[in-house]
Amino acid sequence: MDYQPPPFFSRGPAPLVRLGFFISLAFLLMVLDARFRYAESIRQTVALLAYPMQWAVLAPIELVSASADFFTTQVALKRDNDMLKSKRLQDAKDLLTLEALRAENAQLRRLLEARERLPRNSTLAEILYAGRDPFSRKIVIDKGRQQDIQEGQAVIDDVGVIGQVTRVYPLLAEVTLITDKEQRIPVEIVRNGLRAIIYGGGAAGTLDLSYTAANADVQADDLLVTSGIDGTYPPGLPVARVSRIERDAAYAFAKITCVPTSGTEQNKQVLVLSLEANLPPPPVEAETAAKSAKQKRPRKRE
Amino acid sequence: MRLDDRPQRILLPVNVGFMVLSLALALLFNLLPWRDVSGLPDMAALVLTFWCVHQPRKMGIGAAWMLGLIMDAANGALLGQHAFAYSVLAFAALGLHRRILWFSPWRQAAHVLPLLLGCQVLMLGVRTIAGGVFPGLPYFAGSMIGAALWPTATFLLLQPQRRPESVDENRPI
Repeated sequence: MDYQPPPFFSRGPAPLVRLGFFISLAFLLMVLDARFRYAESIRQTVALLAYPMQWAVLAPIELVSASADFFTTQVALKRDNDMLKSKRLQDAKDLLTLEALRAENAQLRRLLEARERLPRNSTLAEILYAGRDPFSRKIVIDKGRQQDIQEGQAVIDDVGVIGQVTRVYPLLAEVTLITDKEQRIPVEIVRNGLRAIIYGGGAAGTLDLSYTAANADVQADDLLVTSGIDGTYPPGLPVARVSRIERDAAYAFAKITCVPTSGTEQNKQVLVLSLEANLPPPPVEAETAAKSAKQKRPRKRE
Repeated sequence: MRLDDRPQRILLPVNVGFMVLSLALALLFNLLPWRDVSGLPDMAALVLTFWCVHQPRKMGIGAAWMLGLIMDAANGALLGQHAFAYSVLAFAALGLHRRILWFSPWRQAAHVLPLLLGCQVLMLGVRTIAGGVFPGLPYFAGSMIGAALWPTATFLLLQPQRRPESVDENRPI
């Protein structure tokens, strides 16, 4: 029989053992989240627990801002109204021709047997707060799965693309800004139609037009718009403007820095565009097909 | 039991409900909709350190891990990043708790500063490996402010444990 000391001062496992256990658990979660995206269900569950707290924080602030809105001065309303009226008059000319142009465009596309671009549905959302993760550039909007927001949807404001929905919660959604380091958008230059992919610049709030040949026809102040090739972003939305070009003969690519046209600091309302439904599935590349076949083989042996 | 010879109060036993409430309030502070989060003190880490130092038998690495997980899920950060950093923070605070309480509050803050900074450096390291961007030096200002808030936190969080003051000339304490 083995002797057990009386549990007078028993405090469970040693602190170092506990630390090791919890660190390994945290690392497991991090690897699952960063590499395999398996941790989404855990995140959703914990986020659901944290939601009442977030609501408790947001509700009084929203109440205060709503009551502040209520007491907006009549002068401010009048000024806004005048400004909007004059703006509408200015836009009327373009709007009148827009219908005709749209019809003409549709007809020409049909003639070219191009896939007709369907008008997309959009949801108006409001920015709740800037993301609290200092390592990435994200914002949180007040529409979520309940309002049919899906991952991958493009988010725009009145001057251009803001970002893309990357995570959807029941009542909130997280939008990764185009300036985030992990964000890429297929763009083209308005002036000459040159296509490229624009990369987020990270903390600086800029974008990089990476992997563009050193002799490519890019000039300062060129406007970059979405090319619409990926089917996520509708074509023709302004993304950024070229601010600085460094061409160095030592490198194959030019270093082109751009500034985004839209800014999340300016306005609170954004538009979430729905995804295009009738997109054909992307073709399976030979390499990935071979890779998946390779992965399958050992499983069969088991 | 302290280096300075100021009179000491004997504290009442801690109320676990108050510990949970203070942690929840700290979490709420972190979840406020801040426009800019650089240089913001991590209140949850501060209160966690406080209870690890003052109540090492009631606060542990497991609780720190859970708190970190809630922070991760609510922040949209890499899942497990805060959980990892808070576990190490709790371990370090538990290891130092016998030493820290010998000092006056401002000297205690000098002990807490490296703990909070280490917690931030761990998170920075994890995120750098996972492909994040360096948020700039203002990020570390959060720890400085957090450590500077330590004496205030000590005063506020020990308030429920203080005995009501009744002066009795004949009683030695």
